[in-house]
Amino acid sequence: MADGIPGLTLVHPLEGRRDALAAASVGTLLSLDLEAPVAAVDLRVDPDGSGPAAVGAAVGAALPARPDTWTALPSGLALRLGPDEWLLTSTTADPQDWEFHVDETASAHGGMAVDVSAQRTSVRVRGTAARDLLAFGCSLDLRPAAFPRGRCAQTLLGQAAVVLVAYDVDDLALIVRSSFAGYVADWLVDAAAEFQP
Amino acid sequence: MQLIACPWCGPREETEFSYGGQAHVPYPEHPASLTDEQWAHFVFFRDNPKGPFAERWAHASGCRRWFTAVRDTRTHKFLEEVPR
Ligand SMILES: [Zn+2]
Repeated sequence: MADGIPGLTLVHPLEGRRDALAAASVGTLLSLDLEAPVAAVDLRVDPDGSGPAAVGAAVGAALPARPDTWTALPSGLALRLGPDEWLLTSTTADPQDWEFHVDETASAHGGMAVDVSAQRTSVRVRGTAARDLLAFGCSLDLRPAAFPRGRCAQTLLGQAAVVLVAYDVDDLALIVRSSFAGYVADWLVDAAAEFQP
Repeated sequence: MQLIACPWCGPREETEFSYGGQAHVPYPEHPASLTDEQWAHFVFFRDNPKGPFAERWAHASGCRRWFTAVRDTRTHKFLEEVPR
């Protein structure tokens, strides 16, 4: 993603908690890392129409057809948030360009895409204890068989609404609204104390 | 806490949902022609059955969609969840 507006430096919403998250990490058991900001659009389009296929062709990979799943884009993710709602991210595109690119196709099929790059931020949760950590504050069945790679879900972690993304058995990400990110980071640090040697 | 089966997301914790009152309450066809009393009945008066009750629920912390569910008010048991 581009560096933002000239003269303004893009700062991660959790920059102030970067060290605390690193300090809460425990070897191969648990690592908590900030993910670099990405360009993101919220796509709304009729799931039964021609929109999803057309947008998929425009972004380079088919959008997830099943609820609560994600698919990989050439440089990003397509997460299905609801019956007619997707979150499309790009690590390389400029946010304005990404919105324009997706919206151009979506609007031709009666849908729309809105830039939400600044709306959310992301924390990567890795390690053999990653799922146990999240299970302290999340009521979903997070066992690998029930929440395997390819799944995602909007749910609650503690009191905060998050999108949980399963990359692998020991590799998950939390996408959280920037205004709730501090709470979630503090929650993670607190819960991670359980795994400190 | 119990699980509620969102028609879209599947079974989720009750805390993810918010309640929207009685289902199938049609908006008056000619609101302007209603008397104050008729309008008050539309706005405020709801059934309060002892037993199955069709209700609106929103999966507020999940897919954010509204759906209709039938809940037994005696047991708080959900009998049916349907989209829209
Ligand atoms: Zn849902």
